[in-house]
Amino acid sequence: MAEDPILSYAPAPEDRSVASVAPSYGLFVDGEFVAPEGEDHITTVNPADAEPLSTIAVATRADVDRAMAAARRASTGVWSTMPAAERGKYLFRIARVVQERSRELAVLETLDNGKPIRESRDVDLPLAAAHFFYHAGWADKLHFATPGGSPHPLGVAAQVIPWNFPLLMLAWKIAPALATGNTVVLKPAETTPLTALAFADICQEVDLPPGVVNIVTGAEETGQALVNHPDADKVAFTGSTAVGREIARSLAGRNTRLTLELGGKGANIVYDDAALDQAVEGIVGGVFFNQGHVCCAGSRLLVQESVADEVLAALKERVSLLRVGDPLDKNTDLGAINSAAQLDRIRQLTEVGTQEAADCWTAPCTLPERGYWFPPTVLSGVTQAHRIAQEEVFGPVLSVLTFRTPEEAVAKANNTAYGLSAGVWSEKSSKLAWTAERLRAGVIWANTFNKLDPASPFGGYKESGYGREGGWHGLEAYLNG
Amino acid sequence: MAERSRKQSTSESPDPIAERLAVRRTHKLYLGGAFPRSESNRSYAVTSSTGVHLANAARASRKDVRDAVSSARAAWPGWSGRSAHNRGQILYRVAELLEGRRAQFAEELTQATGLGRTRAGQRVSASIDRWVYYAGWTDKIAQVLGSTNPVSGPFGNVSRPESCGVVGVIAPQQDPLLGLVSVLAPVLAAGNTAVVLASEPAPIPAVSLSEVLATADVPAGVVNILTGHTSELAPPLASHEELDGLDLCGAGTQTADLATAAATTLTRILHPIAGEDFTADPGLSRIRPFMETKTVWQPLGT
Amino acid sequence: MSETVSAAANPDVGVSTARLRTRLHALPGVDEAGVAQRTADLATRSVKTSAKSRAIDLAIRMIDLTTLEGADSPGKVAALAGKARRPDPADPSAPPVAAVCVYPDLVSTAVSALAGSDVAVASVATAFPAGRAPLEAKLADTRSAVADGASEIDMVIDRGAFLAGDYGTVAAEIAAVKAECGSAHLKVILETGELATLDNVRRASYLAMDSGADFIKTSTGKVNPAATLPVTLVMLQAVRDYRRRTGRLVGVKPAGGIRTTKDAIRYLVLVQEIAGNDWLDPAHFRLGASSLLNDLLMQRTRLRTGTYPAAHHFTLD
Repeated sequence: MAEDPILSYAPAPEDRSVASVAPSYGLFVDGEFVAPEGEDHITTVNPADAEPLSTIAVATRADVDRAMAAARRASTGVWSTMPAAERGKYLFRIARVVQERSRELAVLETLDNGKPIRESRDVDLPLAAAHFFYHAGWADKLHFATPGGSPHPLGVAAQVIPWNFPLLMLAWKIAPALATGNTVVLKPAETTPLTALAFADICQEVDLPPGVVNIVTGAEETGQALVNHPDADKVAFTGSTAVGREIARSLAGRNTRLTLELGGKGANIVYDDAALDQAVEGIVGGVFFNQGHVCCAGSRLLVQESVADEVLAALKERVSLLRVGDPLDKNTDLGAINSAAQLDRIRQLTEVGTQEAADCWTAPCTLPERGYWFPPTVLSGVTQAHRIAQEEVFGPVLSVLTFRTPEEAVAKANNTAYGLSAGVWSEKSSKLAWTAERLRAGVIWANTFNKLDPASPFGGYKESGYGREGGWHGLEAYLNG
Repeated sequence: MAERSRKQSTSESPDPIAERLAVRRTHKLYLGGAFPRSESNRSYAVTSSTGVHLANAARASRKDVRDAVSSARAAWPGWSGRSAHNRGQILYRVAELLEGRRAQFAEELTQATGLGRTRAGQRVSASIDRWVYYAGWTDKIAQVLGSTNPVSGPFGNVSRPESCGVVGVIAPQQDPLLGLVSVLAPVLAAGNTAVVLASEPAPIPAVSLSEVLATADVPAGVVNILTGHTSELAPPLASHEELDGLDLCGAGTQTADLATAAATTLTRILHPIAGEDFTADPGLSRIRPFMETKTVWQPLGT
Repeated sequence: MSETVSAAANPDVGVSTARLRTRLHALPGVDEAGVAQRTADLATRSVKTSAKSRAIDLAIRMIDLTTLEGADSPGKVAALAGKARRPDPADPSAPPVAAVCVYPDLVSTAVSALAGSDVAVASVATAFPAGRAPLEAKLADTRSAVADGASEIDMVIDRGAFLAGDYGTVAAEIAAVKAECGSAHLKVILETGELATLDNVRRASYLAMDSGADFIKTSTGKVNPAATLPVTLVMLQAVRDYRRRTGRLVGVKPAGGIRTTKDAIRYLVLVQEIAGNDWLDPAHFRLGASSLLNDLLMQRTRLRTGTYPAAHHFTLD
């Protein structure tokens, strides 16, 4: 955005020295950082300037075996037999240390992921700490989460998480697993491993018994070795629907518990009686939050035809105000795209959308020369038949469709293979409730969007996956009985 | 006023370095976030389990009861209006600060009850863990006690628990720390504010706890702790029309009279549980009695 | 209650309360939680170094330096005027404020104390702050302030009539006061703390703008809450949309409760991101404040010298 002559925001960069990045990292197995068996390494880069940050190990099958064995020993030896309240107290400790080290972790997350420091500071970190705090309290109250049952842990959980909310997704996986008495082997995404490795350090700091949490880094092969490991009692995966489908296939016929949190193509329905100024905010936050790298993003705007022009004009005006640039600047609204590969995918799908006759508008902003960047983009005139209305872009690209009646809005919203999230905007509460009841999606936001809370279950219908994370509903995935 | 023994309490061991005179603490009430003496200016002698004079505790009056209820009432909208998560953080903070004062509480327990060092230490540990337990409940109560109700017709219908308001707590007389924490913490976890009558014979741990609460981000007025004669303070508390709930745990022979007084305004009552074991998992037993259930109907339609 | 009103500055207003109600209640609703989130997000904007320095001077130039106490005297007003002309005696580069705001009977004192300066004299009128007086008294109040040389009139709306749904009375009163203002600018105080909901704030904003307001102002400063960021955000959206529809640029003045430089900068950020740059000008945005000025001056000194100054180095009033 061009600097304003009257009131400008001078650069307000966060101090990156608060986070220390080692030149290379090993694996975290059995309470120690260990060298990987193989020689393979991956370089993780800062997407804002494409400069290398660190080198991480690629765990081999043997490394995964070692981590799984450590998790098994910890499971039977200490974690599942410990008094539940004591397990809870470890989680409370973790929650507190995450709070205490939140500035360092926020900077690390922004460096590795490219998201604005405002978001890692105000969203990712508080939510990650809250997730541990919330689940800590469940540890000795599990019988209230499974009325009539006698809950006990499954054993060892193999967990694979994505790069869009690295530490938060780690919290979503590890907190419920530990609270329910399971031990874990977790693989962070290869482009965003740093906060998971910092978390390993936190496990040491709180004296968590060795082997309860193991972190293995690597790419696709490491992930496959982990989710297909014969000793896994539970597999939890967050990522693309394509990979989730493969995991479901490979685990088919095995008695391994599986939860999948996959892609989405969330509809954001704006009725003509909505509070339009706030609806516009919700549309913007819904799709441009975290550069649109959000599985529950409201990437399909369904706006009632009678207010479509007005909403679109206000939307473009508002999007033009987004400040795109240095993720470490406290005034940045939209940061860098996480990787070159993801940038290619966004470009490609946007290109397809434009060719398919959609009207493509991009915000007037100057993108940095180095690193991976994509401007906020609005594609209007989209119909259900367009690929851009069906495929997940996972980037700052909004498709705009219109509808005439509530029935049509619901039909269009549900006309997708996904079913993760949806938004509804109206000042009429009975219509909100009517619409929410008919939407086939796991999370419905009424007059808000992209709200997350540890107490609130999250997860999808249809090909957005199965299982829930958060609330007592999320504990079920880690318990027998 | 009781005749006071002139013997020194064991807590005042002479300073090993210099023969200095120890500075004794004044034991005050905890009221609206401040530490006043009783408005009546009275005190009463507190002795150890073996009859040794320990201290003079403030002897609260009916007017102190009135003031305590007023401050609890004023604090209730703020406390119940906080997010459950935030209340949990504050209760956990109480546990953190209590952990740092283990030695003080263990010694006070030993003096008050005659428990040996080890057992007193265990009671303190259990008291700390009890705060942690209820810190973990705050944001789960509504999930466990709430419901979505499948009514017939085009309506959404949900029920959720809400705090009932100001709860009077007559703390157990013989278990001055774990017993007190066990009856107070659930009241706070649910979002109620409290007026506590501390154990009459052993009020010192309650006074020390009030000093912990005051520095643990618990907002002023959320907890008010009065020391004094239960038989004098409980009746005006029970009959106070602003009181929404009353835990009669330590009421003893007064139980029936107090319950009768409270019945006039249909104050919610929790009766003493015979032989209650404060080390056992309490579950929701002390949360439920001081919660209301609110059910909301909402039409569905375009 | 009057069903039909006259003396309207805007032809839209010369209509019945029923038609005004139809118009005002057709405005899109305001979602309070959404507004709260937007203001909280904007409050995290970081304005540093040179940008902060310019923002501070802009804020000083936007201040309506105010004294509205029963104990106000000619001496007090003269002192305030001195401060308004030259806020920091130790630093002539500190700009003067926009205006001094006083009760009507002290207007002439303020006018003579400010003679030869660019600082305007504003006066509250219309039986400030309650506004509970006969219309004739309110008009006389206004006439007197204008006759004594006030170039800006800050009137209060009849909140009782507004909350009772008697929009016609509110509109007629604003129009009547506007007619008395002559060339003086009219700031209409909505007293948002008494209107309670943001929907009401939006409706009252439109009602005031339609009736001839040059500025819409949040508060008298005598009611809690006074100015807040959410209320100001809704008013900024109203003036932005109103200009789009009518071409007329109405100013906004949050007043009361703005005490620190941080507060002031948050308001400026709001102006820039909600209404736009055209409002970042004392002609279209004012801050009604008194103690704010010294905090701005202290921050200004701190930016220049690098050390935190002591309050006693800054003049009272």
